[in-house]
Amino acid sequence: MPELTYREAVRDALGKALREDDSVFIMGEDIAEMGGSMAVTQGLLDEFGPTRVRNTPISEMAIVGSGIGAAIQGMRPIVEIMYEDFLTISMEQLVNQAAKHRTMSGGQISVPLTIRTQGGAGWSPGAQHAQQLEAWFVHVPGLKVVFASTPEDARGLLWSAIYDDNPTVFFEHRTLYSIKGEVSDELQPIPLGKARIHREGSDVTVVATGRLVHESLQAAEEAEKDGISVEVVDPRTLLPLDEQTIVESVKKTARCVTAHEAVTRGGFGAELAAVIQHAAFDWLDAPIERVGAAFAPLAFAPGMEQWAVPHADDVLEAIRRTVARG
Amino acid sequence: MATVEERAESGGRGVSEAMLRGFFREMLLIRRFEEKVEDRFRAGELPGFLHVAIGQEATATGVCAALAREDVIASTHRAHGHAIAKGTPVERIMAELYGKVEGCSKGYGGSMHLYDVEVGNLGANAVVGGGLPGIVGAALAFKMRGEKRVAVAFFGDGATNTGTFHESMNLAQLWTVPAIFVLENNGWAESTPASQQLPLPVEELGKRAAAYGMKLIEADGQDVEAVYLATLAAREHALAGKGPVLLHLRTHRLTGHFVGDPQVYRDKDELKEERETKDPIRLLGARLEIGEDEFSTIDGELTAEVEAAVEFAKAGTDPKPEDALKYVYA
Ligand SMILES: Cc1ncc(C[n+]2csc(CCOP(=O)(O)OP(=O)(O)O)c2C)c(N)n1
Ligand SMILES: [Mg+2]
Repeated sequence: MPELTYREAVRDALGKALREDDSVFIMGEDIAEMGGSMAVTQGLLDEFGPTRVRNTPISEMAIVGSGIGAAIQGMRPIVEIMYEDFLTISMEQLVNQAAKHRTMSGGQISVPLTIRTQGGAGWSPGAQHAQQLEAWFVHVPGLKVVFASTPEDARGLLWSAIYDDNPTVFFEHRTLYSIKGEVSDELQPIPLGKARIHREGSDVTVVATGRLVHESLQAAEEAEKDGISVEVVDPRTLLPLDEQTIVESVKKTARCVTAHEAVTRGGFGAELAAVIQHAAFDWLDAPIERVGAAFAPLAFAPGMEQWAVPHADDVLEAIRRTVARG
Repeated sequence: MATVEERAESGGRGVSEAMLRGFFREMLLIRRFEEKVEDRFRAGELPGFLHVAIGQEATATGVCAALAREDVIASTHRAHGHAIAKGTPVERIMAELYGKVEGCSKGYGGSMHLYDVEVGNLGANAVVGGGLPGIVGAALAFKMRGEKRVAVAFFGDGATNTGTFHESMNLAQLWTVPAIFVLENNGWAESTPASQQLPLPVEELGKRAAAYGMKLIEADGQDVEAVYLATLAAREHALAGKGPVLLHLRTHRLTGHFVGDPQVYRDKDELKEERETKDPIRLLGARLEIGEDEFSTIDGELTAEVEAAVEFAKAGTDPKPEDALKYVYA
């Protein structure tokens, strides 16, 4: 099987969609000649030209909003918001427009728009360039929310996001762009709303997203040495959520840890914990543990930054706490 | 849209008398519709939050008459006139206001979210400035596909202070998309007069186009013929590939901001004078020399049409409550 980096995998899906479908175009700040601030769209301008690979002004409302308008007219725009911190500027268009047109029109309109963005800590940019805001969007009916953690997932899920007829916010994690992973020869679409079991285990289920999938797999290896068998599940799509796979896993293991890089308070882990405790209350042997960042704007100094966000050892400790409950 | 022949054979400024009479009729229909809305709201029959555009009928009628059916519009909270002028039958709009399945948004939208995609109404927006970026995107789609269509955003003077207005104007001009930005400048944002919300004299608001290098076309928004001709010119400009247009229409809101607004902030004498001198329907009626008899014939027909719309709406179907989930996802 070929290997791709996460970055190349995203680019592969974009390129294939642009190649096969005239209704697809991409736009965002600095995505053309420069290939985006994360170099994801490099080379696409050369292949597809400036009409379909469009640099935009610094206008997050208009980027998302014009994407909405083009999508309603039957295009499949993919817009890039350079950092997910800047999604906050386009919030009105996302929440009040993209998510609601279909309902408000009584089903007359659909908005097949994909909003790609990225974020994440690990490079000391300070508080405005590394947030993880995915949970905000899970609260909005009408949106779909994807967070890919591997090259294969990024490619297959992005494809499905592009071809979904709903507005989909697609989160990429900055520190994952360079990771390599095996991918199938041909792009395999991965349906939205299907979780992936990365590792089977029988004592604890860790439900993790984004970078924390990798940290959790590492924690699982460590736990294994102590004789704790850990199952790691990545929902991949946060909205809609594959409740069945997650709940079945917890019914099997009777213990659960949620893990994401976003701050714990009000994070996606809270939603997971609520879903799980309700569906598997009688199966649980311990309180659900939540792993996430400390509740503070992300500090700049590397020491503080690394302290604030969770790592494998935080997941491992949480695993141990659940097991210690007997 | 007027045919070339119609325009050629008409006298005056370029619009045939027959067409002007059509405008008169539609404007009066909008007026009677909105008066009925006020009336039924006061009677407690209409739920929700309602804004009428009494005094602004000429902008809705004049603009939409110059558009083709396949052109699209985005409307505002003051939406009834735009919806009627773009071609949605009044009974479907009334049914929407009553929250019925027969409504133009099937009861999901309400007064501030009137949609009718078939006639090119992409929806009214309750967020001031909310519809503008989408219109840039629609125009971009038309341009990319080589379709001869324009996308039109209605908005008020208050909306020109929002970020989406500036981002949309800028982007539309940068990409020279066939968009028309229709500024319905009534000099008020709710209770706030132009002097407290605009850094320019209210009459000069069109100057904002210059900041983007955008074509500006201005017309008296109380003169439906002028609005119509200005819109034709704007459309021609946009379709010629010359880029978007800011169409600045000075108009007058001859009523409260919302239905039930006591207008404590407004000078009563001034309002009275505006009602007497700025009513676009009266102005056109005088020009066309529509006498009392003729007026009451037309008025009788339109009043009956509106009454029938109310009956249609009341006899409509209430949506099943659990259908609230029906259109969340495509
Ligand atoms: C973003 C936003 N802020 C505030 C409001 C409340 N609001 C509704 S209409 C309005 C005034 C709008 O003025 P203008 O754009 O001139 O339109 P007009 O009401 O005069 O037609 C305000 C402040 C809103 N709906 N949306
Ligand atoms: Mg106003």
